[in-house]
Amino acid sequence: MADLSSNFLGIKSPNPFWLASAPPTDKAYNVERAFKAGWGGVVWKTLGEEGPPVVNVNGPRYGAIHGPDRRLLGLNNIELITDRPLEVNLREMTEVKKKWPDRALIASIMVPCEEEAWKAILPRVEETGCDGIELNFGCPHGMSERGMGAAVGQVPEYIEMVVRWCKQYTRMPVITKLTPNITDIRKPARAAKSGGTDAVSLINTINSIVSVDLDTFAPNPSIDGRGSHGGYCGPAVKPIALNMVAEIARDAETRGLPISGIGGITTWRDAAEFIALGCGNVQVCTAAMTYGFKVVQEMISGLSDWMDSRGFRSIEDFRGMAVPNVTDWQYLNLNYITKAQIDQDLCIKCGRCHIACEDTSHQAITSMVDGVRHFEVIDEECVGCNLCVNVCPVENCIDMVPMLSGVDPRTKMPVQPDYANWTTHPNNPMAKVAAE
Amino acid sequence: MGSMDSGIRDVRAGRLTSSDYTDVFSDLHPPLSRHEAFVESDRCYFCYDAPCMNACPTGIDIPLFIREIAADNPTGSAKTILSENILGGMCARVCPTETLCEQACVREAAEGKPVKIGLLQRYATDYLMENGQHPFTRAAPTGKSVAVVGAGPAGLSAAHRLAMYGHDVTIFEARPKAGGLNEYGIAAYKSVDDFAQKELDFILEIGGITIQNDKALGRDISLDALRAGFDAVFLGLGLPGVNELGLDGEDAAGCIDAVDYISVLRQSNDLSQIAVGRDVVVIGGGMTAIDVAVQTKLLGAENVIIAYRRGPESMNASEFEQELALKNGVIIRHWLQPRALTRNERGEVCGITLDYTIMNDGRLETSGESVTLASDQIFKAIGQMPAEKILSDAGMALSRGRISVDEEHRTSIPGIWAGGDCIAGGQDLTVAGVQDGKLAAESIHRALSMQPEKVSGFAEAVIAGNSEPASTSAQHTANPGHISG
Repeated sequence: MADLSSNFLGIKSPNPFWLASAPPTDKAYNVERAFKAGWGGVVWKTLGEEGPPVVNVNGPRYGAIHGPDRRLLGLNNIELITDRPLEVNLREMTEVKKKWPDRALIASIMVPCEEEAWKAILPRVEETGCDGIELNFGCPHGMSERGMGAAVGQVPEYIEMVVRWCKQYTRMPVITKLTPNITDIRKPARAAKSGGTDAVSLINTINSIVSVDLDTFAPNPSIDGRGSHGGYCGPAVKPIALNMVAEIARDAETRGLPISGIGGITTWRDAAEFIALGCGNVQVCTAAMTYGFKVVQEMISGLSDWMDSRGFRSIEDFRGMAVPNVTDWQYLNLNYITKAQIDQDLCIKCGRCHIACEDTSHQAITSMVDGVRHFEVIDEECVGCNLCVNVCPVENCIDMVPMLSGVDPRTKMPVQPDYANWTTHPNNPMAKVAAE
Repeated sequence: MGSMDSGIRDVRAGRLTSSDYTDVFSDLHPPLSRHEAFVESDRCYFCYDAPCMNACPTGIDIPLFIREIAADNPTGSAKTILSENILGGMCARVCPTETLCEQACVREAAEGKPVKIGLLQRYATDYLMENGQHPFTRAAPTGKSVAVVGAGPAGLSAAHRLAMYGHDVTIFEARPKAGGLNEYGIAAYKSVDDFAQKELDFILEIGGITIQNDKALGRDISLDALRAGFDAVFLGLGLPGVNELGLDGEDAAGCIDAVDYISVLRQSNDLSQIAVGRDVVVIGGGMTAIDVAVQTKLLGAENVIIAYRRGPESMNASEFEQELALKNGVIIRHWLQPRALTRNERGEVCGITLDYTIMNDGRLETSGESVTLASDQIFKAIGQMPAEKILSDAGMALSRGRISVDEEHRTSIPGIWAGGDCIAGGQDLTVAGVQDGKLAAESIHRALSMQPEKVSGFAEAVIAGNSEPASTSAQHTANPGHISG
């Protein structure tokens, strides 16, 4: 059986599934329930500086995007960092770590962007015996208006500066949590690395308004008729997170920097995808907030069974295996030709492939053949775009079949067996001339 | 099963306890809740050139109305439905969707579970009828008048569309209430809460429609008078007669027209007053046979047997309807054909002898064996008959007793259109009648739009009951039929 145990920055946990810093990790009661359910670690809900704690709104904090059966596809929140006194959190963290020594316990921290503030809190956090710290540079709402959270995360120089302070004032591993509300995720990642971070974690939530109430014209969640942008998370954000993880994993400057993957992880498969893109572990929030802590049991069994089926003994065996396959568009093989092929036995004749292709693509699928409703690919027109596969409601009914030889009926050009990309393409004015 | 031996028929009202009558005919398919409608509508694939739409006799844009439900616009959804089928509410309840749209649904092919199109249609139309206003506006009056004979689905459909175009419509209905089979014929569990009358009221909201009840063609009004008094006539007569078994004694007590019985049942305010036999035999294989069998069973009959002379695949009742009967404890016996009725000392029918039948070279024959079933009530449900005599007397071309019409639903008599069960080649379905009425109305409107003005006053004369207004022909030089070609 596969060994799911995780060693991230020397922090050991029985599995790579951590709960992200968020409402589920706000106090000992929840965290202990999570550990009992099987979570490998938690990142405690973000601690603020000493003094009167932050206050939260007393109206709705969450908004959601639902599927037709009320499946929660995306969640947004306007909750701030912990609103409990610092000493209470630190005391509970100490107790929990003592009680659960085999689980990872990370302290998430957000204090003002001043050296003294970080210098003051770090020793106190260290005293709890926790395994590391995560710098919350991502929270996009509320705290950012006060110069913290995403306000730091959006300025690479600040990131580097704060990370440097943290490395200076604590021996604990430092994980820098990045905001996706930025144009190029590689910049803050590089800054964190320059500052000496041990790892980055991403993504934090995305600036969002989930909906507008058309009766009151107030954004949701609405606090007395008004709303503010909140942080978007859940299954909907996973593709954005995967890309940002991949960008960091393959960037020349940050390659090899440990990554804790976050963003819409709901099942073992999502987790495996993040790990395949280089993540050393993953953090989960929305899935737990939707279904409770028990979801980790499916993630553990699913990942383990999949690893067994592929012969992977440990997380390290497949970690990063997808990274080399992520490349720039210019390096994609332009000689690779596929044609859609419809399995007529599986086709239920809904016609979605036809109308999608006819109205919005390349007019490459019939709707009628010899007076009979029939959907068939016209190879002379098919550019292999895959839209029909995506809109087809039947799994495996339409396949993209590579052309390995012969003549492409669309271009009338012979299929080239060799790899060739844009950099050498004759239509590219910048094309590199092949060596004579 | 002692009734035949003793000859004493056990026919009683009030077989159920009084509380059981409250929900004995509860909704066959309870309506979808809002959430259920969202979930179900999400199952629709919004097919290209959707097969369901092509299977709908009225051509409702089903994918569009379902998408409108999914997008939380039930009002728009209902408008999409009603613009093609003004009786979309009733059709949502009574259409044999399992042989129409839902049979064609690609999810039926894919997984044997079609989108519940009928229930979604009901969700949208119920919503509009409960919350909205009549969604159509009547055009400015054209000054043209149209007589519609029969206030069933075909007649109401024609009337609504004609009224919408600004024509004045007068409906002549033989029965005391409008609605036709929707009001008198459909099984009680398919249309609860007086829906037929609610839908009628909804249709009439368009304005410009007058209904004259208790006015039967051939009894109170004549075709000639209608032709004379109106710019156009639409016949939606239905099938007023019932086919006979052709057996001695079928007029005696104990042998009942299923259609009449259902009509009495539907009009009853107190089901505990409806007499039901202990042993019931239904002769026939169509929807009416199922309807009467299930309803008598629900009203407390102990043994209900449907006897049908051919196999299950030949039954006009859909597979779903047959299963509905079986589910309710009705026994369906195939390959049995009535031979003779058994009568008791009082002359009442108390049993029936049926011959076993076999198929021999495509011909139905009796096998020589027979069976006798005891019965307290025998229901005849072997089809209905057109009003053949009135029509043939008027010189109208008929086909096997039903009115021959062209693709525009014009009869052989200029100025007269027809639709619904009374025309030849129809499907005998509510939804088909609605389509007939709609198509005929379009044709009438085209004809009337080109017609010169006509002398007024004759419509009023006919409505007033003067079926032979004076000097009719002399004043009517512009019969609509003359321009219909």
